[in-house]
Amino acid sequence: MTRLDQLNDLKPIYDVVVVGAGPAGMAAATEASAHGLEVLLVDEAASPGGQIFRAITETPLHDRRVLGEDYWKGRAAAETLLASGVHYLPGATVWHLDPVLQFGLSVEGRAAAVTARRAVLATGALERPFPVKGWTLPGVMSAGAAQTLLKASGLVPQGRVVLAGTGPLLWLLASQYVAAGHPPAAILDTTATGNWRRAVGALPAFLRSPYVAKGLRLLLRVRRAVRVVSGVIELSIEAGDGSATEIAFRRGDRPMERMAADHVLLHQGVTPNVNLASAAGCALEWNETQACFRPRTDAWGRSSVAGIAITGDGSGIGGAEIAALRGQLAGIDAACELGRMAPEVRDGLAASVRARIAAYDRGRHFLDLLYRPADHFRLPHDEALACRCEEVTGRHLREVAALGVPGPNQMKSMLRCGMGPCQGRLCGLTVAEVIAAERGVSPAEVGYYRLRSPVKPVTLAEIASMPREERDEKAVLRV
Amino acid sequence: MFQRLPDADDAARRTGIRFTLDGLPAQGFAGDTVAAALLALGRDTCRQTAISGSPRGPYCMMGVCFDCLVVIDGVGNRQGCLVRLREGMVVETQAGKREVGR
Repeated sequence: MTRLDQLNDLKPIYDVVVVGAGPAGMAAATEASAHGLEVLLVDEAASPGGQIFRAITETPLHDRRVLGEDYWKGRAAAETLLASGVHYLPGATVWHLDPVLQFGLSVEGRAAAVTARRAVLATGALERPFPVKGWTLPGVMSAGAAQTLLKASGLVPQGRVVLAGTGPLLWLLASQYVAAGHPPAAILDTTATGNWRRAVGALPAFLRSPYVAKGLRLLLRVRRAVRVVSGVIELSIEAGDGSATEIAFRRGDRPMERMAADHVLLHQGVTPNVNLASAAGCALEWNETQACFRPRTDAWGRSSVAGIAITGDGSGIGGAEIAALRGQLAGIDAACELGRMAPEVRDGLAASVRARIAAYDRGRHFLDLLYRPADHFRLPHDEALACRCEEVTGRHLREVAALGVPGPNQMKSMLRCGMGPCQGRLCGLTVAEVIAAERGVSPAEVGYYRLRSPVKPVTLAEIASMPREERDEKAVLRV
Repeated sequence: MFQRLPDADDAARRTGIRFTLDGLPAQGFAGDTVAAALLALGRDTCRQTAISGSPRGPYCMMGVCFDCLVVIDGVGNRQGCLVRLREGMVVETQAGKREVGR
């Protein structure tokens, strides 16, 4: 691997540009490079691993039991990357991609353009919005954020820590805190009770999947050490002196209950991070089981835009193992498309990868059904902020939806939701689902925000810093 | 408030990094982002919003929520969760929107 320390080290064109150095991006980049392609891997973080293997090459935690063996598996992927011929640009923000495969990216306040012959987007997942009252308070963060602090800096929250929500990551974080000797005070489990009934049909396949043993071990370890409150149907977080001090919750028909909390860690699953793909023109589709939009891709990860493949969780949630395998497929396909192998050779290489994907896929449907977040937690409470940036509440959205707003883009014009710096990453699904619920239609019909480049805030000074030729200046200057 | 696990708090092994936070001397460790260093110092609020002035702190720690915005070395709207802490860095909490020229 060649680590690029500055934009000046970039070549103007690469065979393959991979965005994101998580499991999928590392696999796609190393695979494409192994077939002789010139590959650039661009990542926003300072070291490879993505979120799931965050800080895998440099975590200060040495006791392997704390983060668990699944985390340390990432070491092998990172070492394969280090030993590869990939050009790696860390600390870089990609803010533009267009259908001619030109990227715009920034490092330390300076910008540059790079062109790819094939683009592979491995932008991963982000945690689903959890729009309950008080989720914007200091002291409240996502479970994934707390886990990042643990992995990258060895930090654990002090005082009364309450985890709330649903999904495997919530239980994983709890078990890591237990292993670190800091069990949380409680887990407020918001898994809808009806989900078990809906998921039971998928149970036999799950029992034959590689997820069973580790899932059960995890649940047992946590339940032995932590108070678990099940059947929670309402949550709100209260503040004292500007930060979270208390969480209120309700189970079934019971009255509201209260619990002191210095830290509230929220989680209700992950969804594909679609911003870059969508702004590049890749078509999205609604997935009803996972309750999210994802880019439309074929069996190789190819999107609706020629030359752009989308892989890993960014193309649909499948977890780290499936992400790495899908990334490998994207790398093989890029090599074939760029003439490094015949389609028959590609298909032969892909067969064993697909068989391994199928083994993991067997267990996913059960997890998707069991941990599908309840409607009443995906839709915001009237008092809760739905759009954190522009501070738009659930009530605002419903009032305006009732006026006959057809979709998120019209809602954006009316209320500015989605126009802040996060560019809808923390409100897009919420807004689409509120409008869909008010109209009595599927989010598929309502659609998603129309996303445009730049997909991350970029200053005019950064754009002005881009290398330019005389003809570029003539294009804008009056002579 | 966040605390470092003993496993991660071995001063002999990890390099301390000195910086200033709102004009006062502060310390973090190599590998910390600015947002992580602030949380380890008990600073769970790093800005006030431009809309209502409400306090906010890091929510996602992965560069998507923009709630950890701070002023770093005189430049506003920096994502504290994406910027590595460096020796001598000047970090300020951010009140409202970014000021012109900063």
